Amino acid sequence: MHATTQTVSPISLRRRVTDHVMTGVAMLTVVLVLAPLVAIFGYLMYRGIGSINWAFLTQTPKPVGETGGGMANAIVGSIFILGIASLIGVPFGVGAGVYLAEFGRNRFGSAIRFTADVLNGVPSIVIGIVGWSILVRGHGFSALAGGVALAIMMVPTISRTTEEMLLLVPTAMREAAYGLGIPRWRTTLSITLRTATSGVITGIMLAFARIAGETAPLLFTAFGNTFWNWKATQPTAALPLQIYVYANSPYDDWHRQAWAGSFVLIVLIVTAVAAMRYAVRRGSFGAA
Amino acid sequence: MTACALAVLAVLSLIVYELISRSGLSWHAFGFKFFASSEWDPVSEKFGALPFIYGTLVSSLVALVIAVPLSVGVAVFTTEMCPKAFRGPLSFFVELLAAIPSVIYGLWAMFVLVPLLSTKVEPFLGKTLGWTGLFTGAPYGIGMLAAGIILAIMIIPIISSITREVLLVVPQQQREGVLALGATRWEMIRVGVLRNARAGILGGIILGLGRALGETMAVTMVIGNRPEIAKSLFAPGYTMASVLANEFSEATGDTYLSALIEIGLALFLVTIVVNALARLLVWSVTRGQPAKGSA
Repeated sequence: MHATTQTVSPISLRRRVTDHVMTGVAMLTVVLVLAPLVAIFGYLMYRGIGSINWAFLTQTPKPVGETGGGMANAIVGSIFILGIASLIGVPFGVGAGVYLAEFGRNRFGSAIRFTADVLNGVPSIVIGIVGWSILVRGHGFSALAGGVALAIMMVPTISRTTEEMLLLVPTAMREAAYGLGIPRWRTTLSITLRTATSGVITGIMLAFARIAGETAPLLFTAFGNTFWNWKATQPTAALPLQIYVYANSPYDDWHRQAWAGSFVLIVLIVTAVAAMRYAVRRGSFGAA
Repeated sequence: MTACALAVLAVLSLIVYELISRSGLSWHAFGFKFFASSEWDPVSEKFGALPFIYGTLVSSLVALVIAVPLSVGVAVFTTEMCPKAFRGPLSFFVELLAAIPSVIYGLWAMFVLVPLLSTKVEPFLGKTLGWTGLFTGAPYGIGMLAAGIILAIMIIPIISSITREVLLVVPQQQREGVLALGATRWEMIRVGVLRNARAGILGGIILGLGRALGETMAVTMVIGNRPEIAKSLFAPGYTMASVLANEFSEATGDTYLSALIEIGLALFLVTIVVNALARLLVWSVTRGQPAKGSA
């Protein structure tokens, strides 16, 4: 009897206190991590919404030192550059992902997978330099060069998520298609890829959200522009570039516009992602 | 499909080729001294990258010192302590930090963080910890400390999400086993979970380091951009990425340009080594397990 009460001796005070203290510490870290998130979003809303006006959304920048004007050309320029980037990056990314999932169970596949991971880790400023070195030297700054630089950043993210999503599609579905005599390429396109559409699109959106706010690769490629530009071969304004330039300026009105620009940028990213999600859910790909 | 896969390979080769061939001029002119000299004088075409390497390393180190305890704490809380219903939202919010563009971090740091540092935090640190030599000098706000803090906020989502994944693949029996031996919850986490996940957590930390090393915009906006090596964290500095951002488009003369591209090449090589190391570590832990964050 006496022996049993000794084996279930209570946990010592020191151990109990340590347990509670560490729980408290973990909670504290959560608060400390969420604080900057709330601070950044809160301040962005506060300064951003207060700074947006009709002129900001419809006019081009005023000359240095003058107040007023807006970032309309930069908003459109960003959409233009992101469009070019997506046109190039999405097909290549999805293609590489399909290859990895369907035909990549070999050494070459592993090499590609590793290369994509390495490419994913390349600092964006280095991508900018290479973009400059290949497309800008001798040709001049252009929206196309900016788009290509951003496309390079999209490809690894898209290819790895596409691969993951395709691997989730049950082998039985592929086998059923083969059993019906459908060739392999047709099975990949109409069965496997189609089943995984919503996942693949999520990956694309992830990559899009990542590049939409990128500034460093555009510094030496798209370069920025204070006027309207509709040619892919000319320097083009982009929202993140304009925010950077205005933030570093000494003018209060430009600081205000930098906040407004940041707010528009965040709204642009969220809207694009949400719209895409909505389109996928409504589409014929009910499997989602 | 094969063409697309080859394109991935081709792009990386192209990056390597361009960086190496275009930095040749500087490599031939300065050799290894390029990485040991701290003279950066575009006018007389003397280039040494040491202040930038120093700035990159120190700002990333400061970021890790701040980010690692916080990220691991958050990951432990979400996987081991917090009620199931809050797990999803909590990790979502932490990962939301990763969705904010770098330039917006920079903007926020310039107008909110830097004033806060110069009026409150830095005078306080100078008074209490000034004897260490790390926190001396005028509290401008702008400088190494500001860069380190903003980098920390940016890499927290990376480190904490990887740590969470690694913690989730620790077998449940392990936890139950340690608890059955009479451990408190914290003892169970320390002995049964964290000790098993060490390699993976280290991998996450190194992955965060890789991101911090190459981060450009936010750092450029708050670090002060002065190529000097100072012991104090209050002093302005310069990083490899920010010197590229600031001087690349204005570089006149082939040697200047080549020297900048060589810095880019060095940055590229360092981040590749760091990332490869991190991947190996994370793989060694999660291999064979479906490491899905939502489990």
